[in-house]
Amino acid sequence: MTQKLVVIGAGMASGRALEHLFDASPDAYDVTLFNAEPRGNYNRLMLSPVLAGDKTYEEIVTHDDAWYADNGVTCRFGEKVINIDRARKVVIGENGEVPYDKLVLGTGSNPFMIPLPGHDLKGVIPYRDLEDTETMMNLGKTPGSKAVVIGGGLLGLEAAAGMAAQGVDVTVVHIMGHLMERQLDEAAGYLLRKSLSEKGIKVLCKANSKQILGDEAGHVRALQLDDGTELPCDLLVMAVGIRPNTALAKAVDLEVNRGVIVNDQMVTSDPDILALGECVEHNGAIFGLVAPLYDQAKVVAKTLLGQDATFVNKEVSTKLKVTGCDLFSAGDFADGDDREDIVFRDPARGVYKRLILKGNRIIGAVMYGDTGDGAWFYNHIKDATDVADMRETLIFGPAFQGGASADPLAAVAALPDDAEICGCNGVCKGTIVTAIQGGATDLGAVRATTKASNSCGTCTGLVEQLLAATLGDDFVMPTAQCICGCTDLSHEDVRRLIKSQELKSQEAVWQELGWKTRNGCHVCRPAINYYLLADWPLEYQDDPQSRFVNERNHANIQKDGTFSVVPRMWGGLTTPDELRAIADAAEKYNVPTVKVTGGQRIDLLGVKKEDLPGIWYDLNQAGLVSGHAYSKGLRTVKTCVGKDHCRFGTQDSTGLGVKLEKLLWGSWTPHKVKLGISGCPRNCAEATCKDVGIVCVDSGYEVSVAGAAGMDVKETELLAKVATEAEAIEVTTAFIQIYRENAKYLDRGYKWVAKVGLDWVKQQVVDDLENRKALVDRFEISQSIYRKDPWAEHAKEPAKYAPLANLTLEAAE
Amino acid sequence: MSWIDIGHIEDIPLRGARIIKTPVGCVAIFRTDEAEVFAASDTCPHKGGPLSDGIVHGKSVTCPLHNWVFSLETGEAQGADEGQIATYPVRLENQRILIDGDAVGKRTAA
Repeated sequence: MTQKLVVIGAGMASGRALEHLFDASPDAYDVTLFNAEPRGNYNRLMLSPVLAGDKTYEEIVTHDDAWYADNGVTCRFGEKVINIDRARKVVIGENGEVPYDKLVLGTGSNPFMIPLPGHDLKGVIPYRDLEDTETMMNLGKTPGSKAVVIGGGLLGLEAAAGMAAQGVDVTVVHIMGHLMERQLDEAAGYLLRKSLSEKGIKVLCKANSKQILGDEAGHVRALQLDDGTELPCDLLVMAVGIRPNTALAKAVDLEVNRGVIVNDQMVTSDPDILALGECVEHNGAIFGLVAPLYDQAKVVAKTLLGQDATFVNKEVSTKLKVTGCDLFSAGDFADGDDREDIVFRDPARGVYKRLILKGNRIIGAVMYGDTGDGAWFYNHIKDATDVADMRETLIFGPAFQGGASADPLAAVAALPDDAEICGCNGVCKGTIVTAIQGGATDLGAVRATTKASNSCGTCTGLVEQLLAATLGDDFVMPTAQCICGCTDLSHEDVRRLIKSQELKSQEAVWQELGWKTRNGCHVCRPAINYYLLADWPLEYQDDPQSRFVNERNHANIQKDGTFSVVPRMWGGLTTPDELRAIADAAEKYNVPTVKVTGGQRIDLLGVKKEDLPGIWYDLNQAGLVSGHAYSKGLRTVKTCVGKDHCRFGTQDSTGLGVKLEKLLWGSWTPHKVKLGISGCPRNCAEATCKDVGIVCVDSGYEVSVAGAAGMDVKETELLAKVATEAEAIEVTTAFIQIYRENAKYLDRGYKWVAKVGLDWVKQQVVDDLENRKALVDRFEISQSIYRKDPWAEHAKEPAKYAPLANLTLEAAE
Repeated sequence: MSWIDIGHIEDIPLRGARIIKTPVGCVAIFRTDEAEVFAASDTCPHKGGPLSDGIVHGKSVTCPLHNWVFSLETGEAQGADEGQIATYPVRLENQRILIDGDAVGKRTAA
């Protein structure tokens, strides 16, 4: 006897279940299909191509009217189910009742709407069905339209890419640190973001939405973020996740947790009611990807036919194509202990692969750009293959087992011909390669024919790599010192590549320059952080986690783990009020040692870490700011009293010192920078052993540089003699900027000048007035970000300096 | 094991650390990845440097005083240095950081 089957919801899972059912036993059931949407089963995964204009709705229909007719399905589309009478076994629709022997729930999921103020404005939509897709497509018809997408997961990015393809100006706002954090790690997230940016999509990560702003007509106008930023938009798409739609199941008292609870046979707490798809919960898991849903569909069909079947939630791999970028992720790649990484990067092709191993088994894989081997890795994850024997070459995939390592010349080979290699002489890669091919087969010949590497010399490593890449085995590379074990490149190479390839984040450096580790080490991270902030002051944000302890805590760590605090005394001047504040702070925080430093200021030694924000706040109240006694940056400007008091003084050395310190403070430099300004050649401020020393004379100012009084003791060398104070300030600033832009991290000024030669420096900052001016301008741009008191900012967040938790406080018993 | 909630994952900066005070002394909680944390003694066996103030890279930390590098998985000093720091069971659940109270000498009331 034919039984009656009612299915609620014409989605992809229930549709697949019906296909299996009709294949196995076409006459077992009379089927009635309810669907709230006024249409049958279509491929929701294909909504993105529809949005992007690559496909039409008709092309993504899975079951058309003819299919339903052929299989004798009674379609009740566009009709909502009001209730189920489980006792009488009838489904009550808006247009009447339908009796059932078996009932299948496929009610799917609802998009989650963040209850931000303004979420109910017109023009705020989820991305779920065809109507939403059409709304987004229509936006593209108005030129100059703007859209904001909240959510940097798969759905949100597809919505963003689709709208961008329609000509909409799209910004994606994502709360986490990188895109698709559930499927991708940071490195792959970086590559994805880069690819989206190239398509004109703006991406804001770590961005918290505060409220949605509307106009008078009640239509969305902009999204406002926590930091006050307003992102104007004509449409706001929320794509932050889905929740199982359990309303009907709850209303009829089926067992429901996060989803409708089903057993291994996909049967709910009512033996005649089955459920599948995004509405169910099985063993605590809920579902969003299509693969397990199709497995559920098989089980539902068999259960309906009285056959044995068991649903097993398998390890899922995700192979995605987001806006033309190939992505693959499988298994577990983030959490847990005792794991090892194998990382492969090919900057030239924009490829990143990472395998996560536990013992001799692969437990996770993330791939970007080249996902061809994804299935092979996935099989090894699933089968828990022992990969000990092929570990060396594992990352290269099944086609390649054994052989060479990654090409160290890849980064330079990947540069376009118009990439500038030598900044001093403006020589591009193409020019150098042409010269090499024309017979300039060693460094000297390249220098002679192109002038590349002929001035400051920091691009020498790159020129040598070009020689190697162009000549192959005919060129023997001199051994250059690499930064650390994370890379084969030298400091100079990395600096130049950061500039020429416009690398503006640490992720970009690691990826594009083929870093061998996941995120660098304590040697390279501070250097890369410095290079990025020096070269891209406006675009790059300083990363405190890539700084040594002193610069991160804005105080100097002492051998016992306490810190020393040194407030700035401009040019060595202070006031009774400042001294009183320092005395008060020293008493209040029980500072054991107070010492006068060699840089004409006062050091409070022995402050506990958790007291730092408090002592800073107190000192700030008296107008005292950080002295940066801990930084690779401007330390002190030591002065003598000058002509105001001294009978020998020729100029206002103290005044000049104060002016210079107020100009230069807060700037980061490759190593520490100390200045001295003496009012006469008797040189009481000991200016001639500083990084920059100025000695005042009757006729003006002698600016000398590259002194040292540490491990090495070295007298400064004269850079320029100038007539006015303004010129002295300009030359000093230009010198510090050219040092900031070119020196290797942790090279003091004197070491760097020895490498490039004082003549070159003179030419750049003394003779070439235009260049001097440009250097001063660039310094000022950087200072617009960095000339501020870090203490004032950190004093606002004392919690960060306190323990995260204290488990010793509560009584143990 | 008795899991104690000590804070939210976002309380620790990515590739940074915070300390907690426990009956066995200061324990550092390291965040090595978006959703990856380790717990280990905050005290370097060499000269007592506070490891929570070190640079966190890969699954290692470098002591801020003299650049000893420790694996956060095993607690072992890396490279030429010889030494060991204690590690403690810690895990993430719904972005909350949980540490094993028994391991850090914290007996629970129950």
